[in-house]
Amino acid sequence: MPRVNFSAPTTIDEAVAALAGASGLAKVLSGGTDLLVQLRSGRMRPELIVDTKRIPGLIGMREEGGKWIIGAATPGVMVSDNHAFDHDYPGIVEGMDLIGSQQIQGRASLAGNLCNASPAADSVPALIAARATCVVAGPSGARREVQVEAICTGPGRTSLAKGELIIEFHIPKPKAHQCDAYLRFIPRTEMDIAVVGCGINVTLDNSGTCVDARVVLGAVAPTTVIVEDAAKALIGNKLDDATLAKLDAAAQAAAKPISDKRGTIEYRTKVSGVLARRVAAIAFDRASKR
Amino acid sequence: MSSASEGLKVVGTRPIRPDGVEKVIGRAQFGADTVMPGMLWGKVKRSPHAHARIKSIDTSKAAALPGVKAVITAADFPNIASEEAFVGEGPMNFRDLSRNCMASDKALYDGHAVAAVAATSSAIADEALDLIEVEYEVLPHVIDVEEAMADNAPVLHDDLFTQGVEPKPTKPSNVAKKIGFAKGNIDEGWKEAEVTIERRYTTQPVHQGYIEPHACVVSVAPDGQCTIWSSSQGQFMVRAYCAKLLGTDIANIRAMAAEIGGGFGGKTLVYLEPLALAMAKKSGRPVKMVMSREEVFRGTGPTSGGVIEVKLGAKKDGRIVAAELVLKYQAGAFPGSPVGPGCMCGFAMYDLPHVKITGYDVVSNRPKVAAYRAPGAPISSFGVESCVDELARELKIDPLKLREINAAKDGTKTAHGPTFANVGYVQTLEAAKNHPHFNTPLGPNQGRGIASGFWFNIGGESSASCFVNEDGTVSIVEGNPDIGGSRAGMAMMAAETLGIAYERVRPIVADTASVGYTFLTGGSRVTFATGMAVTQAAQKVVVELKKRAAMIWDISPEAVDWRDGMAYPAGQNAGNFDPLSLADIAVKAGRTGGPITAEVSLNAQGAGPGFATHICDVEVDPETGHVKVLRYTAVQDVGRAIHPSYVEGQIQGGVAQGVGWALNEEYVYDKNGRLDNPGFLDYRMPVCSDMPMIEAVMVEVPNPRHPFGAKGVGEVPIVPPMAAVANAIADAVGTRMRHLPMSPPKLRAALDSEPMKVAAE
Amino acid sequence: MSKHHVTTTINGEPAEYLCEAQQTMLDVLRDELGLTGSKEGCSSGDCGACTIIVDGNITCSCLMLAVEAEGRAVTTIEGVADGDTLHPVQQKFLEHAALQCGFCTPGFIVAAKALLDSNPNPTEEEARYWLAGNLCRCTGYDKILRAVMDAAEVMRAQPAR
Repeated sequence: MPRVNFSAPTTIDEAVAALAGASGLAKVLSGGTDLLVQLRSGRMRPELIVDTKRIPGLIGMREEGGKWIIGAATPGVMVSDNHAFDHDYPGIVEGMDLIGSQQIQGRASLAGNLCNASPAADSVPALIAARATCVVAGPSGARREVQVEAICTGPGRTSLAKGELIIEFHIPKPKAHQCDAYLRFIPRTEMDIAVVGCGINVTLDNSGTCVDARVVLGAVAPTTVIVEDAAKALIGNKLDDATLAKLDAAAQAAAKPISDKRGTIEYRTKVSGVLARRVAAIAFDRASKR
Repeated sequence: MSSASEGLKVVGTRPIRPDGVEKVIGRAQFGADTVMPGMLWGKVKRSPHAHARIKSIDTSKAAALPGVKAVITAADFPNIASEEAFVGEGPMNFRDLSRNCMASDKALYDGHAVAAVAATSSAIADEALDLIEVEYEVLPHVIDVEEAMADNAPVLHDDLFTQGVEPKPTKPSNVAKKIGFAKGNIDEGWKEAEVTIERRYTTQPVHQGYIEPHACVVSVAPDGQCTIWSSSQGQFMVRAYCAKLLGTDIANIRAMAAEIGGGFGGKTLVYLEPLALAMAKKSGRPVKMVMSREEVFRGTGPTSGGVIEVKLGAKKDGRIVAAELVLKYQAGAFPGSPVGPGCMCGFAMYDLPHVKITGYDVVSNRPKVAAYRAPGAPISSFGVESCVDELARELKIDPLKLREINAAKDGTKTAHGPTFANVGYVQTLEAAKNHPHFNTPLGPNQGRGIASGFWFNIGGESSASCFVNEDGTVSIVEGNPDIGGSRAGMAMMAAETLGIAYERVRPIVADTASVGYTFLTGGSRVTFATGMAVTQAAQKVVVELKKRAAMIWDISPEAVDWRDGMAYPAGQNAGNFDPLSLADIAVKAGRTGGPITAEVSLNAQGAGPGFATHICDVEVDPETGHVKVLRYTAVQDVGRAIHPSYVEGQIQGGVAQGVGWALNEEYVYDKNGRLDNPGFLDYRMPVCSDMPMIEAVMVEVPNPRHPFGAKGVGEVPIVPPMAAVANAIADAVGTRMRHLPMSPPKLRAALDSEPMKVAAE
Repeated sequence: MSKHHVTTTINGEPAEYLCEAQQTMLDVLRDELGLTGSKEGCSSGDCGACTIIVDGNITCSCLMLAVEAEGRAVTTIEGVADGDTLHPVQQKFLEHAALQCGFCTPGFIVAAKALLDSNPNPTEEEARYWLAGNLCRCTGYDKILRAVMDAAEVMRAQPAR
């Protein structure tokens, strides 16, 4: 691997200063499960790596002020093992859980998955469906809170400026009859990158009619796609065959995939509809029981 | 044999393998696990182009980098004349092998080695690679086999003229060879046929997928004597190839067998060792080289992809009277695909009156293929066994019944010449039919497929020594890298022969100077051929032990019996002596003539043929095209299982590789001919959660040519799975998949273009 | 670029080493510390042959920088057996012939040990998904699963180790 400098700061300000002060490319290391692969392959040649795991608060999760706060470098196993969070957001947990193997789960983080900026990132659709935000730290103590969907601007590209890093995620506590689900399609049963991913978060009324919904597709466009028409197909309806058909059509219409080694345009488009239906069924069922 | 088997005490049991503990505690030494003093790290510069003329290579900047001790290109190797070699599995031309290890005038595939460096650290070697400047003239390339056969295709080798056609072509092409086999009169066969079907199938190249990348550590002394430590399927193969490629005497090379982290045929040739030797010689220091996974995919053999055209003609009662097969196999950048065995194995399960088989060996801009488990057979068998299934549905005859009607038996004359003996095929069909799996009901979108397979199994040259130690324990010395538990089998056969406990026999795999020549681990030959050498060596020791006992008792050796590890006087006339154990005799060896040892070298003949029949259940998700393998039963004639667990393991492993081949494994090339999936992420081998338990059913039709009845078992298990899966998919959803891999996008597309039918009758 | 000095614990013993920032834990284990039981099969986290346990979680040592081990507790395959007493997973791998070439074996054993430490009574499906990050090309996984399930049974019957 090419040579690189390394820093493991213990405060956010130190991390920001290190990132901002680097003469060349500086990369945040949380789990490293994507970064080290990119280093090894030579696709990325940073001058500096900043390990954020020793900063208090960057690993861990808590409920506070009506929301869940998850440290940016919190590994997947910690998210999956939190039963209260799993009860609130089984879809986010499903997405997180699908990132790589058990070995990867010990290290991979929400912020890493998001900032790697792959359109196929498994944890991202359900986070966006949950209207999650992230807190970005910048130079001179600056903090800004942005919607998760505002971070990725294209494959491998983010809206973070030099010296900025995500420090935590905020996810509102779900309302009554609100729940989510995430599914992805892969050729094997594990260890693949999503060919299509779909996260749906729905809120139902007491009769089971959908009053709010967010439908998000992954791996079918340069970034994750919030499918407004799919949400519209759900809102005001119960999950009957007609609603499912509209959802399927809206998802397919929103999918603008490419053909690559993981799937064809035609296939990804069709599977977008299939997954949307399947995920909606799970999310509705869960929400009806919350 | 059955009476003999009843008396067996060790053969057929399941002891712990002798090398097991070292492997579960992480102490076993594989190719990359050793070091030599003062060792350098070697790395390979590879072509980024599928086909390019190398106009110049400037190594001066790399050589000037501090820490770099050697830089080599093709200019550092002797020019080798075209010469066929038979030291690996399948023919290999020495000149081609040399050029495959290091490109000379042209780079012929993405990943083809063009230069190499050795430096004091791995990081410096990496930096040096970037400093090597190669000027290429990029040439048009061709990846697909049929496109490579076309008249206007880019030609890889100006001196390649198709062999096997008359008159001899005057124009070079990518078709290296045309071969043919025939039996009966195919035109008569078509006339006799009442039903005829003709289908075209394709397969993609697949990699052996061993988890251990190629690795070696070598040294060259100033006097030219070389030591090679490497992971391969044959240290004698490494020695022979390296001697030729480096232009040195065989006696100057001592090759040691590291533990091998999987091979499946892919380590029956060399890639790194000649480069490491050349750099060790140039630098005067030992050199270690280890491939990355990307290099393994871009630079080392897969097996061929192929086109399989099958035509079958049958009577309505199911007798197949005519069968024709055309095979077009990719060889990669140099001639030498396994189309020959593909031709011979395709119809070998069947007793057919009229057969015609044609094969083409075709080069294209891909890595040179290497052997992969039953080389060539899985490809042709995917076509034939799919087509037999299609014929069965056409004839409305149960596919297993159709196979019974046409099954090869003892005395069947094959299309490629030999007449079969010791055939256990019908027994596998019988066992499959009687297995509970065969009649278990299926649910919606589920289907069941069966398919059979054949592999020759080979014997060949093996050597072994048997040393009786001073305390009565025994050392076995053999020359085949242990790729899947063969040490256990060797120790078991020796223990059985000597009549002593398995734990008192310790086998080692020796280097090329410590045991006689032994052909590599391949062809499913080790338990058969090397097992024969080990058994014969133990038998010679028994003869000697009896002689020593006779000496101690002062009677004639003929008057000594050997039973259960003890010498007994043979009857009353021989005298009245207390029996002597092997240990008793060993202790006295010094006084009765010296150490008790035996060596045997042989060329084993009479490997029994391998036949298998597999049953596979799948469930198809019609909306995504995902196929889940629900249940798998693999029936195989194993002759006699020496260590049944490792026989089952061979069967189970072959099945899993076959399932990967069937469903997801493939090479994805971009439009420039660059490999787009050189890693385990997107070259999708089955993971643990993809597979069900795999039931291995061993049918034992003993091989009379082996002392314990063993037949080779390692290769035939990979022959049936692709067709078994395809046949199961057809049974589940009525859609026939004729092109591998049957990946979700392809199956979904097929389902969309061919609306779901009620599962076949 | 000077080397980093790392103080850590490996297989229960204090350990110190110097490494460059870009060196992976796997590189240091194998090339600096001589612990070659962890294998390199892919260097991309896809094969699991380099699996180690760091502070209780399994991880691919090829995807961890050696500098990150500062202050952590690392277990490698060399630390799984208790002296000359094999761990039940190791013993069952031998008895079930769950290894053929043996190259993936260290990674499987470390991963399986961690599975049984956290879930003493896994279903076959749970075990299969837990072990999905460990590739084996020889066995078809059948005997590996049998060994792991059998080891689980043995460990449940034993007093806690």
